[in-house]
Amino acid sequence: MTETRRRIEDKLKAALAPAQLEIIDDSASHAGHAGARPGGESHFTVDIVSEAFAGKSRIARHRLVNQALSEELAGPVHALVIRARAPGE
Amino acid sequence: MTDTTTLESIRNTVESHDVVLFMKGTPLFPQCGFSSLVSRVLQHMGVEYHSVNVLEDMDVREGIKVYSDWPTIPQLYVKGEFIGGCDIVKEMFETGELKALLDDKGIEAA
Repeated sequence: MTETRRRIEDKLKAALAPAQLEIIDDSASHAGHAGARPGGESHFTVDIVSEAFAGKSRIARHRLVNQALSEELAGPVHALVIRARAPGE
Repeated sequence: MTDTTTLESIRNTVESHDVVLFMKGTPLFPQCGFSSLVSRVLQHMGVEYHSVNVLEDMDVREGIKVYSDWPTIPQLYVKGEFIGGCDIVKEMFETGELKALLDDKGIEAA
């Protein structure tokens, strides 16, 4: 697994104890586009199921993910697609 | 650093139009797939909106992230309220919540 992707995984696990977590590196489909980096690892999709999202609005859920990944978003990660669900949704 | 003048100017923009989209590029020439998607959703719904191209102004590009405490662009505002970015707008469109929200706020979709 590549480094940025592993950091995303570690941080989300630590912050949100996900019941289910899938991280997809979409960088290849954005190659050559502004924000893409030669080494890839710039565009990710995070599909996450966590108890922490229960009863929370979409904005609140995204904020939890964005906060956990604030360093990555300020650095190498140019775009992050988030699908955040609570268990059973 | 984002100064208060920039934040005031953003607040003014957001409050002077019913629907405002901060995006990369323009509705005709979007410079990013995520921005393009949100502007196409609004066009598809026949909603009149004011767009701000953040690529034209670095202060706004950084300031809008501070204003909403949201790290990414695009950002959609309705009647001064931050609605979300691309994923949220897309989900709300698909479930019909976006239409309901616009109706609720008295904004006409043609």
